[in-house]
Amino acid sequence: MEKVQKKEKTLFQESWRRFKQNRLAMVGLGFLGLLTMISITTTIIDVVTDNRVYDTYVISQNLVMRLKGPSAEHIFGLDEFGRDIFLRMLWGTRYSLFLGAIGILASTIVGGTLGAIAGFYGNAIDNIVMRFMDILLAIPSILLAIAIVAALGPGLVNILIAIAISYIPTFARVVRAKVMSIKDQEFIEAARAVGASDARIIFKYIIPNSLAPIIVQATLGVAGAILSIAGLSFLGLGIQPPMPEWGAMLSNARTYIRDAWHITVIPGLGIMLTILSLNLVGDGLRDALDPRLKN
Amino acid sequence: MAELLEVRDLFIRYETVDGVVEAVNGISLKLDKGSTLGLVGETGAGKTTLAKGIMRLVPNPPGKITKGEIIFNGKDILKLSEADMRKVRGKEISMIFQDPMTSLNPVMTVGEQIAEVISIHEKVSSKGAMEKAKEMLEMVGIPAERAEEYPHQFSGGMKQRVIIAIALACNPSLLIADEPTTALDVTIQAQVLDMMKKLKDKLNTSMILITHDLGVVTQTCDYVAIMYAGEIVEYGSLRDVFKNPQHPYTNGLFGSIPSLAEDVDRLKPIKGLMPDPTNLPKGCKFNPRCEYAEEICRCQSPETTEVKGIHVVKCFKAQGLV
Amino acid sequence: MEEKVKRTELLQVKNLKKYFKTPKGMLHAVDDVSFSLHEGETLGVVGESGCGKSTMGRAILRLHEPTSGEVIFKGENILKFDKKRMKKLREEMQIIFQDPYASLNPRMTVSETIIDPLIIQGKYKKSDKEGLQKKVREIMDLVGLSQKLINTYPHELDGGRRQRIGIGRALALNPKFIVCDEPVSALDVSIQAQVLNLMQDLQEELGLTYMFITHDLSVVRHISDNIAVMYLGQIVEKAPAKLLFKNPLHPYTHALLSAIPVPDPDYKMKRILLQGELTSPINPAPGCRFAKRCIHATPECSQQEYSLKEVEPGHFVACSRFNEIKN
Repeated sequence: MEKVQKKEKTLFQESWRRFKQNRLAMVGLGFLGLLTMISITTTIIDVVTDNRVYDTYVISQNLVMRLKGPSAEHIFGLDEFGRDIFLRMLWGTRYSLFLGAIGILASTIVGGTLGAIAGFYGNAIDNIVMRFMDILLAIPSILLAIAIVAALGPGLVNILIAIAISYIPTFARVVRAKVMSIKDQEFIEAARAVGASDARIIFKYIIPNSLAPIIVQATLGVAGAILSIAGLSFLGLGIQPPMPEWGAMLSNARTYIRDAWHITVIPGLGIMLTILSLNLVGDGLRDALDPRLKN
Repeated sequence: MAELLEVRDLFIRYETVDGVVEAVNGISLKLDKGSTLGLVGETGAGKTTLAKGIMRLVPNPPGKITKGEIIFNGKDILKLSEADMRKVRGKEISMIFQDPMTSLNPVMTVGEQIAEVISIHEKVSSKGAMEKAKEMLEMVGIPAERAEEYPHQFSGGMKQRVIIAIALACNPSLLIADEPTTALDVTIQAQVLDMMKKLKDKLNTSMILITHDLGVVTQTCDYVAIMYAGEIVEYGSLRDVFKNPQHPYTNGLFGSIPSLAEDVDRLKPIKGLMPDPTNLPKGCKFNPRCEYAEEICRCQSPETTEVKGIHVVKCFKAQGLV
Repeated sequence: MEEKVKRTELLQVKNLKKYFKTPKGMLHAVDDVSFSLHEGETLGVVGESGCGKSTMGRAILRLHEPTSGEVIFKGENILKFDKKRMKKLREEMQIIFQDPYASLNPRMTVSETIIDPLIIQGKYKKSDKEGLQKKVREIMDLVGLSQKLINTYPHELDGGRRQRIGIGRALALNPKFIVCDEPVSALDVSIQAQVLNLMQDLQEELGLTYMFITHDLSVVRHISDNIAVMYLGQIVEKAPAKLLFKNPLHPYTHALLSAIPVPDPDYKMKRILLQGELTSPINPAPGCRFAKRCIHATPECSQQEYSLKEVEPGHFVACSRFNEIKN
């Protein structure tokens, strides 16, 4: 009675197989992989050389060479203080990527938990949590971030807090909607019928099934967060010079845009490509994790 | 009776990431004006694909009609341009889908939805179309006043009536109904089937009824085609197939449904599962599940042979070769 | 032994009610339903969508907390049980769902799905890999699932096999009583027959008691000892299966039975086409709920309350005019 059984695959393998077929998403993933490698390498170099490379090549100024265009020696040219833009781009990668990722991770955990509780228990709890989220959502996230940074003062940690808080409502909403749709599925009822507790149902049944939209939302969220960080830096509220953060580089460069196009275009391009990659990967993940949305 | 539709050696396949799905594999059938054909089979038998093929609505990609002819009213509709085909759809051939809940546009009144089809295909004023729409509603047993209402104000059975009204609005010569009553309760199903039968006789419409329910076929059809893995394995008049089933699969279907007249302790199901459509078995496609299968069934595909008159079967056993 | 004469009563439902609050008013999903079930018996519950049959099954298992009434299982009213006793009781009362696609956790393999109830109920320790493995294989054997599917996910399997997993999960705890909520309705006919046979085999082998909820009348006749017909939250007729089909007394049962399409070209049945459609029992008016659609209704029908009355041995009907109608 048994016929040829299809090759057994876990859901992860199957999703990966579908993801691989999406070329654009793979390109995006490749680019993000490259950025991650760069971030890790630069961090290792700093640790090993005790910031010597960073101090000599990335932040030390050389005003004689300022605003030099790209050449064989400095392929992206030099900035308004005569620093090598290529190296600054490399060292700047980690700020955008890590801050974005950590900020979103924090808001995913906080927002996700709030959303899961609201969605699972419903009624009054749902009302209280979600109305609070509505209030947060009513304030434009960049304004909220500006307000938080303005109150706490600029600095890496404060930026992280600002980013994390401003993205909490988005995740709370996504998770709540997903939890509510899963909560009414029959397999939850089946778990209740064998006597499973609320905690078990949440952790073993609901969370594993809501991961897909959370992952997708988080990927897209990182893109937004990077933009916010760049935006804050651009406004002078983010990472402070001389740290080579891309948004700050863009901000400082805008004065010289008529004289030296390269010092604005390159950080701008860097931000754009990163965001684009994240969005491509996010879309790819959505199609791969939930094939029903496609077609 | 004059012939309305003839399908000749039709092949339809879907190219998917999991492989090529061979959905329809060499189907030929004929349908006379005014008669009803029941297309019976289980999930994955290719019933709906065949119907979509006749409407030329197979989504492409991934679907493709790779071979065959569909002669409707003397012309091969596979050779028509898309613009000409649009004139056929809804006007000469129309289709009813299974789910009455999602087949109607929720933001248009039911009257507008019926009138829309009429104004697409006929030269009438919008007022005339609305009048005709109300007539259609009355015909399917819904008061004309309700034309102003929206689909959500109708129950499931009523929605299915509206869908039937839309399908019959331009007086098509062929109606394809894909599981029209599967989503309905049995008493509502009885009402709807009864109404469809009356309307069909009144308008002299031919019908292809797709269903998995042998009981529904008995009530509405003149001819029956049993489908398995994209092939018609048995075809004949209702009485031929139901009273003298030849194919082991047809017999298996009858053995699988509990009878209301006889008492049996256990049903006699067909063993095994529907074959994987991307990897159909060699030879007779039913052979892995067939209790009579022998060597010949495993390597050769049987031809369609005559049992008596129009009653045909595709099986070596029925041919006496096994 | 007395058991040979009369089997022991396993479950008794008394005046069970389940109301839901809706914006339009109180929905009487299950309204004053009483019946009893003997060990090893199958009670078929039929009715159209919205008649409250699924809600009744869930209310008996306390998956929906009943509004009022009693559910007496092995002599005790389980509606009085606290959380702890209720959890323990779940070992004995299980449910099989209609939709084999929605009723399995898509992120759990076959073995995880079957193991879960065993761990929840503390039958096995999570560390007892060997014992669990053995038990899973035993259950897979029981429900006819091939051992090599042990680590597959539901989405890789067809409907019939998924339903077997659902049955296996229900059987893992050795229950006495199983509510089967349309367990074969989503399956193709040939697979449906396989699953029905399996359920009958299991019943004989393990001495199970079923409450078999379905809208398919030929299936219910085949599998049930007794059948209860529900209409708008109430049981309108209850009788041994064969008797109900031979001698239906309630006009609704009549109409329901006459609407079944029988796959036999020679079978001629007088159709009783019902007018109108089911409404939902929101703030229902007193009197017979079927009266509005009943061809035999008199003005009195919408005034009096009717309860089930035994009119011949084992045959209960809730209609005042069944005698006049019969003739």
